[in-house]
Amino acid sequence: MMGAGKTRDHSALADVFNQDEPRVNWHDETLWFIRQKRDKAAFAIPDWELLRETASQIKAHTLSHLSQYLQEFEKNAQANGITVHWAADAQEHNEIVFSILQKHGVDRMVKSKSMLTEECHLNDYLARHGIEVIDSDLGERIVQLAQEPPSHIVLPCIHKKKEEIGEIFHEHLGTEAGMSDPQVLTETARQHLRETFLTRRAALTGVNFAVAETGEFVVCTNEGNADMGAHLADVHIASMGIEKLIPRREHLGVFLRLLTRSATGQPITTYSSHFRKPRPGHEMHVVLVDNGRSVQLGREDFRNSLKCIRCGACMNTCPVYRRSGGHSYKSAVAGPIGSILAPNLDMKKHADLPFASTLCGSCTNVCPVKIDIHDQLYKWRQVVVQEGHVDAKKAAGMKAMAAVLSSPATFKLAGKAGRLFMRRVPLLVNNSFNPWYKQREMPQPPNESFREWYRKNRKQHDQ
Amino acid sequence: MTVGLFIPCYVDQFYPKAAIATLELLEKAGVQVEFPARQTCCGQPMANSGFEHLTSGCNELLVENFAQYDYIVSPSGSCVLHVKEHLHSHKQEAQAQNIRGKVYELVEFLTDVLKVESLNARFPHKVGLHQSCHGQRGLRLSQMTERVEPPFSKPEQLLNLVQGLELIPLSRKDECCGFGGTFCVTEEAVSVKMGKDRITDHLQHGAEVITGSDMSCLMHLEGILRRQKSNVKVMHIAEILNAQEA
Amino acid sequence: MTSREKILRAVAQNQPALLPLPEVPPFQQDTSELSGRFTEVAVAIGARVFRVMDYGEVAQVLRQNFLPSHRIISAIPELAGFAEATPLQDAHRHQLATVDLAVAAAHFGVAENGAVWLTEEQMGVRVLPFITQHLAVVLPVKQILPLMPDAYARIGQAAYGYGVFMAGPSKTADIEQSLVLGAHGPRTMTVFLID
Repeated sequence: MMGAGKTRDHSALADVFNQDEPRVNWHDETLWFIRQKRDKAAFAIPDWELLRETASQIKAHTLSHLSQYLQEFEKNAQANGITVHWAADAQEHNEIVFSILQKHGVDRMVKSKSMLTEECHLNDYLARHGIEVIDSDLGERIVQLAQEPPSHIVLPCIHKKKEEIGEIFHEHLGTEAGMSDPQVLTETARQHLRETFLTRRAALTGVNFAVAETGEFVVCTNEGNADMGAHLADVHIASMGIEKLIPRREHLGVFLRLLTRSATGQPITTYSSHFRKPRPGHEMHVVLVDNGRSVQLGREDFRNSLKCIRCGACMNTCPVYRRSGGHSYKSAVAGPIGSILAPNLDMKKHADLPFASTLCGSCTNVCPVKIDIHDQLYKWRQVVVQEGHVDAKKAAGMKAMAAVLSSPATFKLAGKAGRLFMRRVPLLVNNSFNPWYKQREMPQPPNESFREWYRKNRKQHDQ
Repeated sequence: MTVGLFIPCYVDQFYPKAAIATLELLEKAGVQVEFPARQTCCGQPMANSGFEHLTSGCNELLVENFAQYDYIVSPSGSCVLHVKEHLHSHKQEAQAQNIRGKVYELVEFLTDVLKVESLNARFPHKVGLHQSCHGQRGLRLSQMTERVEPPFSKPEQLLNLVQGLELIPLSRKDECCGFGGTFCVTEEAVSVKMGKDRITDHLQHGAEVITGSDMSCLMHLEGILRRQKSNVKVMHIAEILNAQEA
Repeated sequence: MTSREKILRAVAQNQPALLPLPEVPPFQQDTSELSGRFTEVAVAIGARVFRVMDYGEVAQVLRQNFLPSHRIISAIPELAGFAEATPLQDAHRHQLATVDLAVAAAHFGVAENGAVWLTEEQMGVRVLPFITQHLAVVLPVKQILPLMPDAYARIGQAAYGYGVFMAGPSKTADIEQSLVLGAHGPRTMTVFLID
């Protein structure tokens, strides 16, 4: 997958991440701690599995009726006084947001967490058009100041140590050098962003759920930043992927039980805000974004990825994510779910991601909407190879392996030759060109294979 | 009852002792076992790398070699899961479907089909059980920590029948070891780190032997253990269930 | 073709055959000790909870933490002697930045997660319960429901402009998973369970 001159793939970036083993341990343990909190919260609900199944079926139904629900949502939202926009792709989404800001003569905006705007690279686009955007979620503000993308959809700066955050705050927000107390840093951000909230006339938020039946949308935060931004501004823009719809308000009673328990182990986020109408005299806009989702909807094997409610549980549980870090995925959404979403957006660029997994299946089983993530990773591997995004040497090796394994006689010979080779010339196998050997010993080849032993010790059953 | 013994290609070549123990365990349980000599591989190494389209040769061989048996048993959850989920045949799809339904991993065959309740085995050591993912989450050999369901474990059920054996607890009892087929070389850094972390967990809890029902995971862990010059050994679960140590 | 038409056409073309919408099943719930369980969860997520007889007691408890010099706002008529009761105007919302304490009535609470449901009528203006440094909520003790599905059954088709479940003070754990109370919203949340 990685060729000379190309950008580094997941494996290469993971290799860099693993140069600092104590840091890998810290990253792994931090996320495992969250996985354990999730377990505790899930096990406190006796019918957790029924809840997951119900959520999964509601989403399956919604996807099968999506064009109707989109129109129902549009109609009801408009009746509530919300302006509804449709964006076919990231570019159009960004243009719509920009045009709304232009109309109001706004050149500074505050934004709460929206992975969709990361996917669309909205901040860069608006910066190029002279609009300053300040991210108001603490973690997002930290990575924004560090000029990095978030490394996790729920915990954007989970890869950063508090000392590093302290340095960023010292440089940008004037805290004293060496200050790394989370309490002090958070208070500093509170003061800094309060000033931002009070002076911005436009606020953008993401959307966790949009209800077709009522034309309302729900935004979940712990910090209160989405509400501070939206309620103080004159214009509230909410960006959402078209897959965020749910049919009825009562379904929130299912999804809000699952979302935060899966994400952080909390019983619910501090704020689950239901926006149904703009404040009188003010504007509320919803931008419905496709950007490849309708294509994914048409891929039978991958359609279920659109059930995702962005809880991040698959990342926290993924043993590979925990030991490679979110940035190694080079995708707005990292981890297992990102690895099945990203190839749909750009298969060539993300051809490495379906392989950044051991297919252990933990992701599938923590997923609150029961997305068959590891099965989809397997299926993406087949698609990526069929579409030719695989290096020629690997393809040739696989063909050779398949030829040997398809012929019992060759297999017997090759096995014997291989063991002989390994016994006689271990130095040739145990060299730095063999990635197995870099940190592992090769298996010690026995004198005889099982089939040789069997021939001597049992009656034969071949033709 | 005649059982066709399916021995994964790398077990045949590198870990004959695991295969012999599997055979002997089944024979001791009174089962007639045959090892069809023309078998090769389930095709998983290609399929998991995205080359499932190259596995038809393996598939046809598997069907030819095993269709005739009442059951097919293999000491590998991973290979069995692959057969269950992906075995198809252009020539004899009905047979392939039939095989998908009668292929068993060794542990589940012992607990679910043979309903083994006693073993004449003795292995006086502290043993750590590595739950290989395909057996555990794929074949449901034991309850997984992700799911809210009552606890059960088929491998532990069998290991508890072995005299003298002490099963050690683990901090993370079902985390992946990082083998993952070709993942172990294409993602070398993460693969090894995962393996090292599993080993640390076993060592911290005093394991003398690490066992499991998939030799591939154990091969990976053994490679790291030997590089660390550790005295801790890996053994396939069949070897322990068949052990007669004094 | 507009993007709207393009998207709707692509979605309609690619969506699978209609799958049934499941009924939301009755989930296991414990209807005993609702106020006790609500309190336990609310305290665990950082709220303070007081069981009180009347509004006089509400004011009495709050007076322990707030001085007459603090800016206190409430639309609850019974708290008129304790808090500013001037009707709030959205146009002046930025002036609420100096509020120390807001006291609002909640419709109901949810035992499983310690959340209370408020709609904008109870807030005066939407930003108040967020911009205030401290928040207190008065919740009738009989209005505690077991689970979120019960909450939505209660909300029904209510035509609020804005409503919110609030569960504890604003918080963040974005820095190394260290929990800090008082992110952008209130630093504390006090719930009064009133008889």
